[in-house]
Amino acid sequence: MSEKVKVTIDGITVEVEPGTSILNAARQIGGDIVPPAMCYYSKLEGSGGKCRTCLVKVSKGSEKDPRPMPKLVASCRTGVMDGMEVENITSPEVIEARKGVVEMLLINHPLDCPICDQAGECHLQDLSYEHGVEKTRYEFERRTFDKIDIGDKIQLHMTRCILCYRCVYVADQITNNRVHGVLGRGDASEISTYIEKAIDNDFSGNVIDVCPVGALTDRTFRFKNRVWFTKPVDAHRDCPTCKGEVTLWYKGEEVLRVTGRKDQFGEVADFICNTCRFETKKTSDWVIEGPRHIAKTSVISSNHYEMAKPLDVIKHNPILIEANKEEFERATKI
Amino acid sequence: MARKLLLEHINVPGIHTFDVYRQKGGYRSVEKALKTMSTDDVVEEVKKSGLRGRGGAGFPTGMKWSFLAKPEGKARYLVCNADESEPGTFKDRHLMTYLPHLLIEGMIVSSYALGAATSFIYVRGEMMPQIRILEKAIAEAKNAGFLGKNILGSGYDLELHVQPGGGAYICGEETALIESLEGKRGNPRIKPPFPAISGLYGCPTVVNNVESIAAVVPIINDGGDEYAKIGIGRSTGTKLISASGNLNKPGIYEIDLGLPVEEFIYSDEYCGGIANGKRLKAVVAGGSSVPILPANLILKTLTGESRLMSYESLAEGGFQSGSMMGSGGFIAFDEDQCIVRNTWNFSRFYHHESCGQCSPCREGTGWMEKVLHRLEYGHGKMSDLDLLVDVSKKIEGNTICPLGDAAAWPVASAIRHFRDEFEWHVTNPSDALNRNYGIANYADPLPKLEEIS
Ligand SMILES: Cc1cc2nc3c(=O)[nH]c(=O)nc-3n(C[C@H](O)[C@H](O)[C@H](O)COP(=O)(O)O)c2cc1C
Ligand code: SF4
Ligand code: FES
Repeated sequence: MSEKVKVTIDGITVEVEPGTSILNAARQIGGDIVPPAMCYYSKLEGSGGKCRTCLVKVSKGSEKDPRPMPKLVASCRTGVMDGMEVENITSPEVIEARKGVVEMLLINHPLDCPICDQAGECHLQDLSYEHGVEKTRYEFERRTFDKIDIGDKIQLHMTRCILCYRCVYVADQITNNRVHGVLGRGDASEISTYIEKAIDNDFSGNVIDVCPVGALTDRTFRFKNRVWFTKPVDAHRDCPTCKGEVTLWYKGEEVLRVTGRKDQFGEVADFICNTCRFETKKTSDWVIEGPRHIAKTSVISSNHYEMAKPLDVIKHNPILIEANKEEFERATKI
Repeated sequence: MARKLLLEHINVPGIHTFDVYRQKGGYRSVEKALKTMSTDDVVEEVKKSGLRGRGGAGFPTGMKWSFLAKPEGKARYLVCNADESEPGTFKDRHLMTYLPHLLIEGMIVSSYALGAATSFIYVRGEMMPQIRILEKAIAEAKNAGFLGKNILGSGYDLELHVQPGGGAYICGEETALIESLEGKRGNPRIKPPFPAISGLYGCPTVVNNVESIAAVVPIINDGGDEYAKIGIGRSTGTKLISASGNLNKPGIYEIDLGLPVEEFIYSDEYCGGIANGKRLKAVVAGGSSVPILPANLILKTLTGESRLMSYESLAEGGFQSGSMMGSGGFIAFDEDQCIVRNTWNFSRFYHHESCGQCSPCREGTGWMEKVLHRLEYGHGKMSDLDLLVDVSKKIEGNTICPLGDAAAWPVASAIRHFRDEFEWHVTNPSDALNRNYGIANYADPLPKLEEIS
């Protein structure tokens, strides 16, 4: 094993394997200093670098070359160096840039959360809540697309898509023949199964789990319930195709949907097959392990969002107070 | 009369054919390099010349070459970027149309220097005639033994391929170009790794502009030191400028770097002044992505010195009062041109050409385009100006590739320097639809800077 490197993020030092990205180093520290990631997915090779929500400032390049990096960098795709110093929530520049990125992600988003199946477990909701501004400055018609059914189990609602490319990587890496990709360019680009061909593959359902927003949803769960009214329970079964370890989402006695087991960063532990996801929705199909632990603060546990409260690091530094003014105001309003 | 290094023989009839080109001294540099120089000698010569990339960024070419990784058992590639699609720039097309052998000669010497056995010229897809011209020229060169196996008996092998481009501006960005060359969608890659380490097919790759590669020919023929004598400071050699807009004599000019901008615009040797006896209002000095400057700031810097056509002088004053050399697309606007309309037109281009991978550029370019459209058509608001500046700031520096910056700079600079004209569009919407704002004070002499003691 090669020697570990030291990296300091927002004043907290951690030792990680060489080659680790700044984002993963921050995840090892955990807590509030972890940059939000909308496109990076550790299990998908090549993902990341696109959404730009994870931008951070590298104020010291490394022990050898202490020069700061000239621009903000995508923490998910930038490797750590020994002695590197990174500023995330302690840099007003980062906060400002992130606010900008969130605004950009939202200008063409329909904001139809009240009728969206993803609401409650949507990363874009979380992101906007934590880093966004309250009002939109965008006064033009939003871009819309028609809904497309990808086979009989998955629906693509492109209007909500943030083009993170995760589903494209799933289709590329989990399935053998590629039928899923991006058509068009710029803000007219759209995720598409090649000429609307259905993805016909045992693992195609995983595109639903990796989608950070409500663009790819489970048609068997469509409009059935709000996620915060359902109760997650871990279960497994002997599955010939996949590991068979899943989370069942109960409403009363009924299993409304089956998903992979997602960690605190929204990433599934294992990809699951379509039989587990769509076909086995009876309790008798499964060996129940027990309730799935969901953070107390999550809307799924508590039916409401956690109070926005500025972090300690921010409370004592006048520059950061200024940069986080909006968040302070929101906190006092609530 | 300025020296012509690249365009010396451009008016010789038949210069596009191998025989005439050879008679005029063509392919001497190949003979010299392959027979008398080691690969390191060639790189050293280019380093000495001080040649800087002519594709936009102005990165020293010799330095770029020496960064190329040379792992054992891995191929290395040279790719010529002939995807020229920047509005205002058309020099590469000119060079390829009339002097295809100059580019091929440069490619052979450069490939030799980098140890590449296969090289590519990635030509913008719309330039079909140029693609045919290059293919014919390559066949001629191969016939004459300058390409293929064992060139001139030196033991060096080189295959040269022409690849039609994917039909998008973004394919000119070097990593998008590499993706496109590999047969994929032309999306810029996320860096690092840089092409010098992992480029085409995961191998170390150098991407250079057409003009940069052509300039290697005179550098090898006459020596890097000789080349470095031309120009001023760190801007050495000659540069092709594509002059367009309201000029008496628009066209391609080869200038010695360091030529005063004023002389370039007004002397009869170059553009011959502003057409129809009008006055100069503004200039975009290096292609659509560089900041636009009003007449007074392009002719003189804030310190009162006359501005020169060089990388440093054009950039003097930073983004506050300077611009950039870019790819040398020089666009002049006379007093009848509308800056708001032009800014909208540029932003329409970047909106259309954004690849759509990263959020700030994908969404931000469209937003700026819509706001500018509204301003141009008389529905704008005063607050739109600050909104535009703010949106451009949110894009700049936060994107994967420099297209985001290229979209942000023209907008931010137009509002910085022509704010009065934008405001006039808001306050006089009906006038703005029927007539132009005119030259106002944009050509007035700059106020003297006061000494602060
Ligand atoms: C959006 C975009 C478009 C570009 N288009 C071109 C182009 O058409 N031709 C070109 O030579 N360089 C273009 N470039 C610059 C290339 O990325 C690269 O810097 C250049 O080819 C390097 O060659 P040089 O060192 O010889 O200048 C473009 C860059 C960007 C970001
Ligand atoms: S800046 Fe624009 S063109 Fe460049 S990668 Fe991002 S979306 Fe694509
Ligand atoms: S998570 Fe890093 S850019 Fe999207």
